[in-house]
Amino acid sequence: MMIFSLLILGAPYSSQSVKTALRFANASIETGNSIYRIFFYHEAVNSGNELLTPPQDEIHIPNEWQAMARDNSIDLVVCIASALKRGVLDSTEADRYEKPASNLAPNFNLSGLGQLIDASVKSDRLITFGP
Amino acid sequence: MKRILIICRKPPYGTSLSREAIDIALACAAFEQDMTLLFLDDGVFQLVKDQQADSINCKNHGKVLSALPLYEVDQIFVDCQSMSKRLITADDLVVPVENLSSEDISALMQKSDVIFNF
Repeated sequence: MMIFSLLILGAPYSSQSVKTALRFANASIETGNSIYRIFFYHEAVNSGNELLTPPQDEIHIPNEWQAMARDNSIDLVVCIASALKRGVLDSTEADRYEKPASNLAPNFNLSGLGQLIDASVKSDRLITFGP
Repeated sequence: MKRILIICRKPPYGTSLSREAIDIALACAAFEQDMTLLFLDDGVFQLVKDQQADSINCKNHGKVLSALPLYEVDQIFVDCQSMSKRLITADDLVVPVENLSSEDISALMQKSDVIFNF
């Protein structure tokens, strides 16, 4: 049994990286391994955008992550610096920057790179997906 | 303590990956991790002096790298083959670096516990 953390870089729906990461995370859990943290960085921060509206016959990436996080208590961390400049904000940041709305999906948290360093130190393996 | 290796192999401009890799390096420094930076392939262009980033509406990446020693990031390596292929010498760079051969790089990767590949 291994403890994994995932670093994801690719944009949802533009690159395969987020979908592959999702499959890897599901397979890890199914085989009795555990996931310590998923860190969304670079273009992958949009995976936490609640406003993503894919066609109904396509996988809904934010929903898939949310379900996994909820069922397995996995920490979904979106890099705050990468997210803000790409327009992914939680309500605290939306208030701070006086924006009209926030769009970070439930179960995702905005936080800093310290969470990535912590994940790399505390997991047996850190696996990068993308860009 | 785990040994972290950050490999930078992208050119300084074109994508934000070059900057985002350095942000991870700075975070490692802030959390006092045992971290090494390696510039490989087109990544060696990141270190070249006198970048005129203003003209393409970017922040000067070379300036960010030149500040690394202030953050006590001092294990900075370059792949000597990548340097010579691109006609870059140590005098062209914004920070002091150490040259590694491909054998040295294999050894460095082997002894690292965590590798970030950008």
